[in-house]
Amino acid sequence: MATAAVATHDTGAHDHHEHHDNFVTKYIFSTDHKMIAKQYLVSGMFWALIGGFLSILFRLQLGFPDMSLEFLRPLLGGWIDEAGKLDPTFYLALVTMHGTIMVFFVLTAGLSGTFSNFLIPLQIGARDMASGFMNMLSFWFFFISGVIMFISLFIKTGPAGGGWVVYPPLSALEQAIPGSGLGMTLWLIAMTFFIASSLMGGINYITTVINLRTKGMSFSRLPLTIWAFFLTAVIGLLSFPVLFAAALLLVFDRSFGTSFYLSDIYIGGEALPNTGGSPVLYQHLFWFLGHPEVYIVLLPALGITSEVIATNSRKPIFGYKAMIISMLGITILSFIVWAHHMFVSGMNPFLGSIFMFLTLIIAVPSAVKVFNYLTTLWRGNLIFTPAMLFSIGLVSFFISGGLTGIFLGNSAIDIQLHDTYFVVAHFHLVMGSASFFGMIAGIYHWFPKMFGRMMDARLGYVHFWLTFVGVYMVFFPMHYIGIAGFPRRYYSWTNFEFSNMYTDLNMFVSVAAIFTFGAQFIFLFNFFYSMYRGRKASSNPWRSTTLEWTTPVEPGHGNWPGEIPTVYRWPYDYSKPGAEEDFIPQTVPLSATPESNLPHEQEQVKMELEIMKEEESEVLVANESKH
Amino acid sequence: MEKELKYSDLVEQPISMHPKKFALWLFMVTVVMIFAALTSAYIVRQAEGNWLDYELPSVFWITSGIVLLSSVFLHWAYRSAKRDELIQLRIGMIGAVGLGIAFLVGQWYSWVALVDREVFFVGNPAGSFLYVFTGLHALHLISGVIFLIIVLISTFRYKVHSQALTTMEMATTYWHFLGGLWIYLFMFLLLNH
Repeated sequence: MATAAVATHDTGAHDHHEHHDNFVTKYIFSTDHKMIAKQYLVSGMFWALIGGFLSILFRLQLGFPDMSLEFLRPLLGGWIDEAGKLDPTFYLALVTMHGTIMVFFVLTAGLSGTFSNFLIPLQIGARDMASGFMNMLSFWFFFISGVIMFISLFIKTGPAGGGWVVYPPLSALEQAIPGSGLGMTLWLIAMTFFIASSLMGGINYITTVINLRTKGMSFSRLPLTIWAFFLTAVIGLLSFPVLFAAALLLVFDRSFGTSFYLSDIYIGGEALPNTGGSPVLYQHLFWFLGHPEVYIVLLPALGITSEVIATNSRKPIFGYKAMIISMLGITILSFIVWAHHMFVSGMNPFLGSIFMFLTLIIAVPSAVKVFNYLTTLWRGNLIFTPAMLFSIGLVSFFISGGLTGIFLGNSAIDIQLHDTYFVVAHFHLVMGSASFFGMIAGIYHWFPKMFGRMMDARLGYVHFWLTFVGVYMVFFPMHYIGIAGFPRRYYSWTNFEFSNMYTDLNMFVSVAAIFTFGAQFIFLFNFFYSMYRGRKASSNPWRSTTLEWTTPVEPGHGNWPGEIPTVYRWPYDYSKPGAEEDFIPQTVPLSATPESNLPHEQEQVKMELEIMKEEESEVLVANESKH
Repeated sequence: MEKELKYSDLVEQPISMHPKKFALWLFMVTVVMIFAALTSAYIVRQAEGNWLDYELPSVFWITSGIVLLSSVFLHWAYRSAKRDELIQLRIGMIGAVGLGIAFLVGQWYSWVALVDREVFFVGNPAGSFLYVFTGLHALHLISGVIFLIIVLISTFRYKVHSQALTTMEMATTYWHFLGGLWIYLFMFLLLNH
C-alpha cells in the first residue's frame, strides 16, 4: 500500500504542480535538491579558499622561518608578535583549522553534499530527495556549523589548536594551550551541528537510492557514481554517531569535570582531581570515525572519476561488478583498520600486527579500482576534457599516494615515520589531492547540468596543468623531509642541526604551495564567469548515457517535465559494436537497438515480447478496472 | 477504453518501502551506533582497571517493567487503530504516553538513588558512564514521548485509522525500539558492572 502511495505521488502530484518561487524560497530556503547541491558547492568553495589560505600562512612560517610577516598584521593583528613573527600557538591553530576545514567542510560537505544531492535524484530518475525538507535542514545545520567555526577563527584566544584529531588531554584542559579554551568549545559545537547535518544528509541519500529509483533502475544498472555516494552515506551513517559519542564524552570532560579521558594529570605541580580516565579511549573512538572518514572523502571522488573516465574514453567502464565489489570491500574494511593510526599509542604489538594485516588487505580493492581505471583508458577514444584530465590526475595521485600507504600500514616502519611529513605527504596525495581532483572533475563535468552553460575548456587545461604539477611539487618533496625525520605540527626546526640541509626543500614546498593556491583563482574566475557568460550548453554535451542528460538543459523543480523515463540498460553502453552512435542512453529499450544487441540481450527482447503478448489482455483488463 | 500497452509497463519497478519509514530505520541505526560506541568504550575502559564497583539502583527493574508495559499498551493501540476501534486506540495511546512519562520519572529516581550512594556524574568513569547511558537514553525517550503525543492528538482529530496508519506505525516502531534499547542497556549494565 505504501509503495502504491509513493508511486502515485511521484507520477501524479508533481506533474501539474506549478512552483511560484520567490527569491527566498528559490535561493535560500530551497527544498530542491539541485539548489541545495549548489548551496553546498558554493559553501564548499568558500571553505576551500579559507582552508587553503590558512595553509599558505603556515607554509610561510615553515618555508621562511626568518621572514618578517609584518605585512600580515592588518589581517592577523596580535597573532604577529613584536618581531614580526607568527605566534606559535596560532600556528597550531592554523594547522588544526586547515585540517578540520579541509576534511569536514570541503571534502565531506563540499564533495558529498554537492554531488550526492545533485546527482542521486537525477541519475536514478527521481523527482527529488526522499525528504526535501530534511535535505534543506541538513544544509542549514551545515551552514550554522560553518558560521560557528568561522567565528572561532576570530576570537581572542584563537580557534582550536589541538590538531584536527583534538586528542585529549591537550584538547580537554583549558590550561593546556590557549586554543583549548573557547576555541575548542566552539569547535565541538560546530562539529555537533556538522554531524547532525551529515546524518540527515546521509539518511536522505540512502533512502532515496533504495526507494525512489525509476522503473527498471535495478542496482545492477546504477551508475558507479550512485554506488559510491550510496556507500559513502552508509559509512557516514555508521561512523559519525561514534564521533558524536567521542565528542560528547569530551564535552563532559571539558565542561562538567568528568574523567572519561583524563587521569593523574599534574599542571604546575598541582594534581588535577580527575581520576580513572583513559586518553587512548578517545583515540579508539575518534579513529573509528576517523578512518572511515577517509573513505567518506575519497569514495565520491572515485565514483565521479569512474563516470567521467568511462564517458570520455567512449568505452564501458572496465569491470563494473569488480568496481562495485571493491567499493563494498573498502566500505567493510574501512571499519576494521582504525588502530593503524595508533601503532605508537602503546598498544599490544600483536593487536598491531592484526590491524597491519587488515590494513594491507585494503590495497587489494584499491588496486582493483586503479587497474580498472587504467584498463578503461587503455585504447579508448580518449577525449581530454578538463574533467577527464582531472580524473586521470586523481588516478595518478591515488597510485602515488596509495603506494606510500603500504609503507605506513606496516607497524614496524610506522614507528620511524609516524607523525612525520611522510604521513603528511601520503594523505595529502591519496586523500586530499585525489578527492579534491575528483571534486573539480565533477564540477567541470556537471557544470552544464547545474548552470546550463559550459565552463571554458582552455582555462580548464591551464588550471589542470598548473594544479597537477603544483600538487606534486608540494607533496613529493615532503616524502624526503619526512624520511629525514621532520615531525609534523612543529612551529619551526631552526634549533635542530639536522634540519639545516633541508631549508631549501622546505622553501621550495612553500613556494609551490603558494603557486598552486594561486592557480585555483583561474578556476574561480572560470566558474563564476561561465555561470553568466559561458557558452550555452546543449542537453547532452558529453554524449553521455546516464539519466541526468535526458532532462531539459536547465531542469526545473521535479527534474523531468513529463513522465520520469524508464531505464532499460546499464549506464555504460559506449561504443557498442554495431550501434549507430558511440553511446546508447539508458532510456533506449533493447528492442529499439537490434543492430547492437548481444546474443543474450536479443534473447531478453524475445522473451519480453512474448510476455507482452500474453499479458496484453490481462493488463488491458486491469487498466479498465482502474478507470 | 483502449489503452496502448507501453514497453515500459513490463520493466519491473524496483523494490521500495515508504521513504519516511525507511528514514526512521536509518535514524535508529545511528542511535544504535551511538550506544554501541558508548558501551564498547565502557568495556574498554573497564578492562583498564581503576574501576569503581557499586550496586545498580533497583528502580531500574521497575522502570524496565514500565517501559515494557507501555510498549504493550502502544501495541494494543496500534492493533485497535488497524481495526478502527478508535476509543481503545485513544486509551492505549494515553496509557503508553503516561507510562512513558512514568518511566522518565523513574529514571530520575535512579539518579537520586545513585547520588544517595555517593556515585556522582563527576568522579570515577564507572559512575559517569551510567549517567551518560541513562541520560542520553532519556533524551531519546523524550523525543519518543513527544512523537507519541503528536500521534495522540491526531487520534482525537480522527486522523489515525485503518486507512491512515503511517505515522502510527512509525511511532510504534520508534517506541518499541527505545524500549528495546533500554532493555539492552540494562542487561549490559547487569552483566558488566
